[in-house]
Amino acid sequence: MSAVLTILVLLSITVAIWQMVKIFDLANAKRENSQVADDKDNRVNGILMLVFLAFIYVITIISFVNWGHFPLVSNAASEHGPQIDNLMIISMVIIFIVQTITQFLLHYFAFKYKGEKGKKALFYADNDKLEFIWTIIPVIVLAGLIIYGLFTWSDIMNFEQDDDALVVELYAQQFNWKARYAGEDNVLGKSNVRLINLDNANILGIDEADPYAQDDVITTELHLPKGRQVIFKMRSQDVLHSAYMPHFRAQMNCVPGMVTEFSFTPSMTTDEMRNTPEMIDKVAGINKIRAEKSEELLKKGQEALDRYEFDYLLLCNKICGKSHYNMQMKIVVESEEEYQAWMKEQKLFKDSLVQN
Amino acid sequence: MSAHAETHAHDDHGHHHHKETFITKYIFSQDHKMISKQYLITGLIMGIIGIIMSLLMRMQLAWPDEPNAIFSALLGKWAPDGVMDADIYLALVTIHGTIMVFFVLTAGLSGTFSNLLIPLQCGARDMASGFLNMVSYWLFFLSSLIMVISLFVEMGPAAAGWTIYPPLSALPMAQPGSGAGMTLWLVSMAIFIASSLLGSLNYIVTVINLRTKGMSMTRLPLTIWAFFITAVIGVISFPVLLSAALMLIMDRSFGTSFFLSDIFIQGEVLHYQGGSPVLFEHLFWFLGHPEVYIVLLPALGITSEVLATNARKPIFGYRAMVASILAIAFLSTIVWGHHMFVSGMNPFLGSVFTFTTLLIAIPSAVKAFNYITTLWKGNLQFNPGMLFSIGLVSTFITGGLTGIILGDSALDINVHDTYFVVAHFHLVMGISALYGLFAGVYHWYPKMFKRMMNKNLGYIHFWVTAISAYGVFFPMHFIGMAGLPRRYYTNSAFPLFDDVSNVNAIITIFALVGGAFQLVFIWNFFYSMFYGKKTVQNPWKSNTLEWTAPIKHIHGNWEGDIPHVYRWAYDYSKPGHDDDFVPQNVPLKEGEEELHH
Repeated sequence: MSAVLTILVLLSITVAIWQMVKIFDLANAKRENSQVADDKDNRVNGILMLVFLAFIYVITIISFVNWGHFPLVSNAASEHGPQIDNLMIISMVIIFIVQTITQFLLHYFAFKYKGEKGKKALFYADNDKLEFIWTIIPVIVLAGLIIYGLFTWSDIMNFEQDDDALVVELYAQQFNWKARYAGEDNVLGKSNVRLINLDNANILGIDEADPYAQDDVITTELHLPKGRQVIFKMRSQDVLHSAYMPHFRAQMNCVPGMVTEFSFTPSMTTDEMRNTPEMIDKVAGINKIRAEKSEELLKKGQEALDRYEFDYLLLCNKICGKSHYNMQMKIVVESEEEYQAWMKEQKLFKDSLVQN
Repeated sequence: MSAHAETHAHDDHGHHHHKETFITKYIFSQDHKMISKQYLITGLIMGIIGIIMSLLMRMQLAWPDEPNAIFSALLGKWAPDGVMDADIYLALVTIHGTIMVFFVLTAGLSGTFSNLLIPLQCGARDMASGFLNMVSYWLFFLSSLIMVISLFVEMGPAAAGWTIYPPLSALPMAQPGSGAGMTLWLVSMAIFIASSLLGSLNYIVTVINLRTKGMSMTRLPLTIWAFFITAVIGVISFPVLLSAALMLIMDRSFGTSFFLSDIFIQGEVLHYQGGSPVLFEHLFWFLGHPEVYIVLLPALGITSEVLATNARKPIFGYRAMVASILAIAFLSTIVWGHHMFVSGMNPFLGSVFTFTTLLIAIPSAVKAFNYITTLWKGNLQFNPGMLFSIGLVSTFITGGLTGIILGDSALDINVHDTYFVVAHFHLVMGISALYGLFAGVYHWYPKMFKRMMNKNLGYIHFWVTAISAYGVFFPMHFIGMAGLPRRYYTNSAFPLFDDVSNVNAIITIFALVGGAFQLVFIWNFFYSMFYGKKTVQNPWKSNTLEWTAPIKHIHGNWEGDIPHVYRWAYDYSKPGHDDDFVPQNVPLKEGEEELHH
């Protein structure tokens, strides 16, 4: 109902404006009614150009103040993360400077050179020197960004396997994630979706005869030890998914029919992340919002929202169907000991099969 | 001056060579001016559908789970009790994208203005083939019709995103929209591509062969350069999408495995073996990225013309502008991989595509600086078209700059497919191209409909649109920088994002206001068609040839001989002339230099 009212209000505003314009036109009937801008239009719109420039700056400032905490440029929880964050900050600073200057020039010139009857513009068609300058400056800046970017990219993507690296498979299906650990031998057993057998609970299609597969461990939570390189092998059984782990600056698509790879080394446990001042602030902010929402919900007789506690997450970031928006898995980063203790509690693949 | 005074005189007793019936004049017309109007009006209708869809999505994101009367009214069974269904949200995402990119900003923009201006500004009687031009429009109409019909099929329209990546788009069991809805989507797009190719070939042939005497390539207005190069990119890249669509149709209906392999879904293994979705991504983006420039270049061309005319100044750096169009066109065909940095393709390819992608920033920067310099020391006439052109430069800069982040593979890892991307491309190609469309409509309305649009409504339309466009898309970058993925039906599953997703309500309010004020434009457009003030021969005092043609539309565009061209299109405020404009058909004075060559 409120929405219909909103639309009615907007419609009547439109009608009102139309009427005002009509009156304006009638009042100007004696003036030249050519629908071509005259000096008055130029003056008004010239001033509005400055107002609009101010609006752009204001919305920039408001956005930075309210939402400019940028969890994606600080507090990286992986060893390669700060590299990306530095590049991001450099790029953003450059963008910010160019944006501020060019928008100023554009709107200020629009205001300054607003048309007047009888004035003549400067006939100024070409200047090779200027063209050269604003070709070469972007060339230099971009060359720097490209080189920095390429080194960062190549560092992250062309990783070498450490001796103690942990091999984990991320397995995607509509609409959940599974993790498969390689076990003692640190080699994942062979797998193919054609081997899936729901009757004996071989849900990931692992080759039951493969000796490497026997000690694999399948879990629904991703636990990672801090400080050890993790090599992810991504698989999907149905459609494209994307394994997005924003806190670790990590993302890779999961593609049916092939195995994709990504690697990072977690550098902060879940507990350490929860106790950083930024995260304490952020969580407090979120809980304040949730408390307000809960009050409203309670008034309506609905259940209140849970208090939020921070956890690392793996999100699906490639459109995959109806519940794409809720395809997530919790990630826990912990010390090596805690990780080993957790791992001991998990069932090995060979023991997880149901014998009929 | 004498040249157009003469044509004006003719116009009063203009006579037709052909007998025209209602059907040949208004429906199966082969006249480029009528076809351009058909394109425009079809594009506007599709645009209204596309914008309404985006507003529905915005309302869902701002107020999820709350019953909404508008949802029940517009979505019917897809919004039981007024709560939107998650599948239909994805369908809205998909069809909004498809309609806006292809039907509004490709056909509606390029189709309208290439058709109107290529013959008129080149000095041609009509397109090289009027018949193919007519076929092109009617194929576009047919594809629009099929796309609209697809909204009403039992299981809902296509819902795999406008990029329709398989296997999601290939398997009806993966989502309801991948059934009949996707079949219709593919058929519609195949017809659309045929239409676009016929149109593009016609534009290319016309520009190459049918320029009037004196209209050398270096005297062409930048509009024509932009339309010409756009058509070339279209001819190079659209067929690749057509082949991808045909292969997808075969995978879907005839059991081939181009894009599919090793799939287990809903409890059964499918027979597909050996294909790869990544191949589809390559084929799709080989069109998909040039498509961005197919959308943007005509808008930039229109801006060049409208900006120079209303600044009463030559466009700054004509040769650099042409060179940057060519550079952008060339680079646009070798950057598609930047959509696929995290698709699983070889990281070395990622490096190559980062390099080529960031290079595009150079010609883009040159264009932006040249536009700004064109304003410098001008005598700016703020007609509505001019405002939209300046608005375009502003959003082109804001949106283009963030491309530096997205084009950098290392940074893309983290913002890929987040709202940062949504904000980026909506500003740089969506809003910019839409502004180009509006600038073009306000500027050439008198040429198309013989009447003027109301300028005050134009001002209101521009300022509200400009403010709401920034209000919608600027804060959206920040949601993306917090890591919120796009194409999520609601953000309530992730408390992690609660502190940024509360900006959604603000964005939605800006969107609703901006959307509502498009009604001002629609009203102005249709009202002025019948009751607008009658135009004079050359209302904006422009140099290009279309303003020398009689106001009344005639077959063949000019009575008598086609005007000859003696100078480039940008002799505004040239010293030694009394007027601040010198049309292209005015011979050089004795001793006058054609400065720019």
